[in-house]
Amino acid sequence: MPFVAATRALGAAGLFAVSVLRASKPTRDFFAELTREIYKIGARSLPIVAAGGAFVGLSVTLLGYRALETYGATGQVSVLLGLGLYRELGPVLTALLFIGRAGSSIAAELGLMRATDQITALGLMGIDPVAKTVAPRFWAAVLCVPMLTAFFVSLAITAGYFEAVQVIGIDGGTFWQSMKDSVDFHDDFLVAFIKAAIFGAISALVAAYVGYHAEPTIEGTSVATTRAVVNASLLVLMFNFVLSALLFRS
Amino acid sequence: MTATPDTPAVRMTDLRLDRGGRTILHDVSLDVPRGSVTAVLGPSGSGKSTLLAALTGELEPAAGRVEVFGEGVPRAQKALLSMRKRIGVMLQGNGLLTDLTVAENVALPIRTHTNLPDPVVRRLVEMKLHAVGLRAAADLFPRELSGGMARRVALARALALDPPLMVYDEPLTGLDPIASGVVMSLVRRLNDTLGLTSIVVTHHVHETMPVADHAIVIANGHIVFSGTPAALAESQDPLVRQFLDGRPDGPIAFDTTARAPEAA
Repeated sequence: MPFVAATRALGAAGLFAVSVLRASKPTRDFFAELTREIYKIGARSLPIVAAGGAFVGLSVTLLGYRALETYGATGQVSVLLGLGLYRELGPVLTALLFIGRAGSSIAAELGLMRATDQITALGLMGIDPVAKTVAPRFWAAVLCVPMLTAFFVSLAITAGYFEAVQVIGIDGGTFWQSMKDSVDFHDDFLVAFIKAAIFGAISALVAAYVGYHAEPTIEGTSVATTRAVVNASLLVLMFNFVLSALLFRS
Repeated sequence: MTATPDTPAVRMTDLRLDRGGRTILHDVSLDVPRGSVTAVLGPSGSGKSTLLAALTGELEPAAGRVEVFGEGVPRAQKALLSMRKRIGVMLQGNGLLTDLTVAENVALPIRTHTNLPDPVVRRLVEMKLHAVGLRAAADLFPRELSGGMARRVALARALALDPPLMVYDEPLTGLDPIASGVVMSLVRRLNDTLGLTSIVVTHHVHETMPVADHAIVIANGHIVFSGTPAALAESQDPLVRQFLDGRPDGPIAFDTTARAPEAA
């Protein structure tokens, strides 16, 4: 029955998440792996996040300018840009870019490790495979996605500023003042970071779960990679709605 | 049960192993004496690796009991991981971590299970690699190794914690005759010099028999022979003869379509 199977899969994923948390022990080896993963999935995602952020900033500024021009409120374009980026677009789009760039690689790496007996070998050496292979990737994602979100939003606002001020001709002082007045440090900035951390956790857990449990074949790895991207993206979009409804009340 | 010097390294009693709802092996009872090299032989798909999975605790027996040095194989994850420190396993696919160098692969179990300082770990790794003749390959990555070299690195890593029991899963698959000879002579030499007990799971009869003290043949879901290599060579059991002589026709079915794939 699909319902029973879905419930069982959800339970298995939940137990996997618990096992990841239990396997997260601050050992020397853990920090060495964590550092390596932060570089691999965090630092190496910077170019794609920078490019994505810049183009999103340009698009939102242009869209906002055209919409607000009707009401003679083009000076408020930075409000739209700031709130839109911090509350929704920044965390969500960064997470989606992260899933495409790093989530797929987490699933593929773990799938290949399964197919080439590396995960089995770890267990046979008395080493917890989850602690060695999954926990560092999970925490690297939880730490990196908020930082990548900050980078994404910074690039988007910078690009939006140049378009609004240098190209369209909106006053620079008005641009910054409007943004400063509307974007709250606690309600927008910090909440964006919390959302990003949750999205990082979801992305890494989904990617690691499907990769870790992939069929030990090349096809299994391919299927796991696709599943990681599709499932993690949908979950991020779903959780974004739930979190926005809960966190942004005003 | 308390282990004595006479307790077998491995004891399996009335074992039944199922996978995917199918019985792969049944009525398996065997003792592996301490200090011996025991060859577990059988055609592909006979359940040799399934037997190995039961020994290492990856597969829970449907019936019967497995003991390693007098203690039952635990089911709890923590106790199981702890028990595995006493068993060195060389897998058919090597299982070398591809993002680590040869030296880092060998150092991995030492770093994980001990608090030895780095210089001591490096020295231990050098010794293990020297034992398999690969000291010069310490800084290479697994992708830069030949099949025989990778197999010997896996052997060095399995030996890293000086386990009293070594298990080799198809150690000769994909190796040329020279590399096969090197690996098998290493198995024997390490067993004798380090005082180990070794179990070699393989279907390479002729390469394995010269170094084995004891042979077990598995076919058609159970043990069909247990004895010395000399007795194996003299056996007139039709199942054993078909396997040893490589005859396509006989009591061992060549068509494996009805078998579970994981029984290999």
